[in-house]
Amino acid sequence: MRISTFFYTIKQGVKNMFRNAWFSLASIATIASCLLLFGIFYSVVANFQNIVRNAEAGVAVTVFFDEGLSDEEKKHIGDLILDRKEVDRINFISADEAWNSFKDEYLGEYAEGFTENPLEDSENYEIYMKDISLQSSLVTYLKTIQGVRQVNSSQQTADALTGANRLISYISIGIIGILLAVSIFLISNTVMIGISVRKEEIGIMKYIGATDFFVRAPFVVEGLIIGVIGAAIPLGIIYFIYIRAMNMILERFTEIGSILQFLPVETIFSTLIPVSLGIGAGIGLIGSFVTVRKHLRV
Amino acid sequence: MAIIKKKKQRQIGEDELIVLDNVTKTYATGSPALNGVSLTVKKGEFVFIVGDSGSGKSTLIKLLLRELIPTSGDIYVNNINLGRLRHRQVPKYRRNLGVVFQDFRLLKDRNVYENVAFAQRIIQTPNRLIKRNVPAILSIVGLASKYKAKPKELSGGEQQRVALARALINKPPILLCDEPTGNLDPNNSWEIMRLLEQINKRGTTVLVVTHNREIVNEMQKRVITMKKGVIVSDEEEGGYIDEN
Repeated sequence: MRISTFFYTIKQGVKNMFRNAWFSLASIATIASCLLLFGIFYSVVANFQNIVRNAEAGVAVTVFFDEGLSDEEKKHIGDLILDRKEVDRINFISADEAWNSFKDEYLGEYAEGFTENPLEDSENYEIYMKDISLQSSLVTYLKTIQGVRQVNSSQQTADALTGANRLISYISIGIIGILLAVSIFLISNTVMIGISVRKEEIGIMKYIGATDFFVRAPFVVEGLIIGVIGAAIPLGIIYFIYIRAMNMILERFTEIGSILQFLPVETIFSTLIPVSLGIGAGIGLIGSFVTVRKHLRV
Repeated sequence: MAIIKKKKQRQIGEDELIVLDNVTKTYATGSPALNGVSLTVKKGEFVFIVGDSGSGKSTLIKLLLRELIPTSGDIYVNNINLGRLRHRQVPKYRRNLGVVFQDFRLLKDRNVYENVAFAQRIIQTPNRLIKRNVPAILSIVGLASKYKAKPKELSGGEQQRVALARALINKPPILLCDEPTGNLDPNNSWEIMRLLEQINKRGTTVLVVTHNREIVNEMQKRVITMKKGVIVSDEEEGGYIDEN
């Protein structure tokens, strides 16, 4: 392809956009509204998942040892636990640490009456998991390790968090599916309007002897630009809304702020920007490619 | 053993530009639009194709444009067998033809210059040559001063002249005109026909499908008359045959 043809194609793509300004606006609006819904939904889901993930990270399984176990045996148990894939990290809590924590939390000044550590046999490992849904299988395994006296866990909390996570996943899939269906419907409608505008033009080009590539290229450039603009607009809107919403929640509901941690806008956008631009450009490219193809057989 | 008969190809003479060899075109519904049509157009000829609606004129043009493929028979244009052309070869073939339609078929949102230049862009003519060629061809059709005008700002005759300029700018050996005066008043019709005659005199083979009895009778060119898909007469320096 000649360099002049390349630039002509780009120029025509841009010109096409302005020639069919209403069609372009309708296409941009369609893509933008679909991606706006997608972006808002993604931001909400990502934050929910973050909250659940944080809660999961705080849930620990506690392992107590048999009496009189040597330090070496305790270390061996620790190594066995760390070998498990689902385990993220473990903390060794000595008897003194366990007593100090208990004193601070429950006894306060009444603890002064104790001269010895009543929790002498309460040395333990706190186990934090990567995936809380695997807690029950881990607990079963821990109970089989020699030297383990007792395993404490909150199956209820784990089940609740696992359930919440699964629910979010199902809702995500459902809503993304609906959004996709709505997008396809809206976009195919917009494209149908575009066809009537383009049909005659494509026919003329083909009669004069234009190749499929020559006819299609400006339309594809146009589709690409429309797709990218359609994706950029909701990104801007979501950025603005996200920061506003986060500040408002943290200011007005300070209690929530201390419990829940919102994802920073950069984290959300590090995924949202490439995905939205990719979807926008993809829709624009495929939409224009398919639309034009229908009329190339002249 | 099966005997495969290889179809004998017609020998094309050196001066034969368009050859239809026993061409039939049948649509999915109804009787054949063309039925066993054979004709030859030589280089440099000026030919009128006349006939009533449904006589097969439009089908003939569509076959020559390779918009349709014959049901049977062969069509050769410039020594190319159109039945054997692949889809991707069609654009290059069409560049051998200049085409003018009754409804002009100009790109409405582009000005006169861009409409004509477009035909050069598709064959990747360098910009500096386009800038030279477009004004030259617009001068020939008498529209040099209106190069910035959009089609809707032009009269029917002027629009047809733009279409003619677009058809001619790549210097095709053949010019196909489908009812070129169908939407024009008598004065503009004659202007277009005089232009076509000039173009023919410069060596371009011209095929004109028309209903315009006066023009056909006046110009005394070869006239092929079609009726119900067959050629009923083919006369040198002929006239419009009254169907009734």
